[in-house]
Amino acid sequence: MSDVERRLTRGQTPQLDAERLADELGRRALEAGLADVAYASMDSPVGELLVAVTDRGLVRVAFADEPDDAVLGELAVRVSPRVLRLPARTDTARRELDEYFAGDRHRFDLPLDWSLVRGFAQGVLRATSRVPFGAVTTYRQVAEAAGSPRASRAAGNALGSNPIPIVVPCHRVLHSGGGLGGYAGGLDRKRYLLALEGSLPTTR
Amino acid sequence: MRRSHARANAGVSQAVSLPPFQALVDAHAAELHRFLTASIGPDLAEDCLQETFISALRAYPRLRHGEHLRAWLYTIAHRKATDAVRRLSRRPSTVAMDGLPPGREPSQPAHELADDGLWLQVRALPTKQRAAVVHRFVMDRDYRSIGELMGTTEEAARQNVRAGLLRLRKEMDR
Repeated sequence: MSDVERRLTRGQTPQLDAERLADELGRRALEAGLADVAYASMDSPVGELLVAVTDRGLVRVAFADEPDDAVLGELAVRVSPRVLRLPARTDTARRELDEYFAGDRHRFDLPLDWSLVRGFAQGVLRATSRVPFGAVTTYRQVAEAAGSPRASRAAGNALGSNPIPIVVPCHRVLHSGGGLGGYAGGLDRKRYLLALEGSLPTTR
Repeated sequence: MRRSHARANAGVSQAVSLPPFQALVDAHAAELHRFLTASIGPDLAEDCLQETFISALRAYPRLRHGEHLRAWLYTIAHRKATDAVRRLSRRPSTVAMDGLPPGREPSQPAHELADDGLWLQVRALPTKQRAAVVHRFVMDRDYRSIGELMGTTEEAARQNVRAGLLRLRKEMDR
């Protein structure tokens, strides 16, 4: 190895300040209108949440059970591959969620982006989003509100794949007989959210 | 015929499956930064890295497939580095008009890259030789991966490294 080669190999470069890079990149991407999907994580009483927003509004809330890679990968394919970790852009969404968990907010004001839901499922979830804090409804009722009274099973599937849980309150949908039904985030979370809203059915 | 069929399918949703852009940033920012620092010096490297990612982000949804994303990023970084070096070499005349000594390097890498005489010579190499030399010695890559990252052959990579070294030795012997 020649002297020049040895000196080239020894060249030390300074460490990249990854956080500063991310901040600056986020700022520039926002300025250029290139941050199609912005996401951040937040703590909550039901575990860490991933929150993603677009220009249209809140597009995704994910519980910690779902790996970030899968959630972000789906957003990349179905909404836009320009997915960036940009906490500042998710401030409003995270603040409203914080207020909800603190009991200070009974209705979300954030606009919603329905890009991840199509057809009948969107009808079901839109109907669900009108169920107010403290109230509950049934699978049959949301199916009916979505225009297909007999499709309560399909309504259950739509609720099970709700991309915006908590904010689109699929936890307020219960079995007609009074049973809790299911919840994609697990029944413990459903119970927690219902209890927070004072509408957990009493069991005997 | 086949093509129009593929396009018809692609219309349903985005058939091209690209990873979230943030994953590219997380996976490659550090190595690209190192590549750029060695190529153009620490003062310009960070801004160049930002510009690389912004350019990539702008073009990203138009990519036709998700292969060779790393080589694609290096191509953009290389282009940005070349632009930066070009701007720098144009700068002395403007500096001279401001009454400052002409030809003075605005960025001296003295602290970060010891041996700065050599690194200034690296920066002055023809662009392909510069990139190849940095890949080989700073990033410690073999000729095959250098060829891949530079969108050329293993042999061309070897030649670029050889030519670059020859030139560096000549300059350093002066």
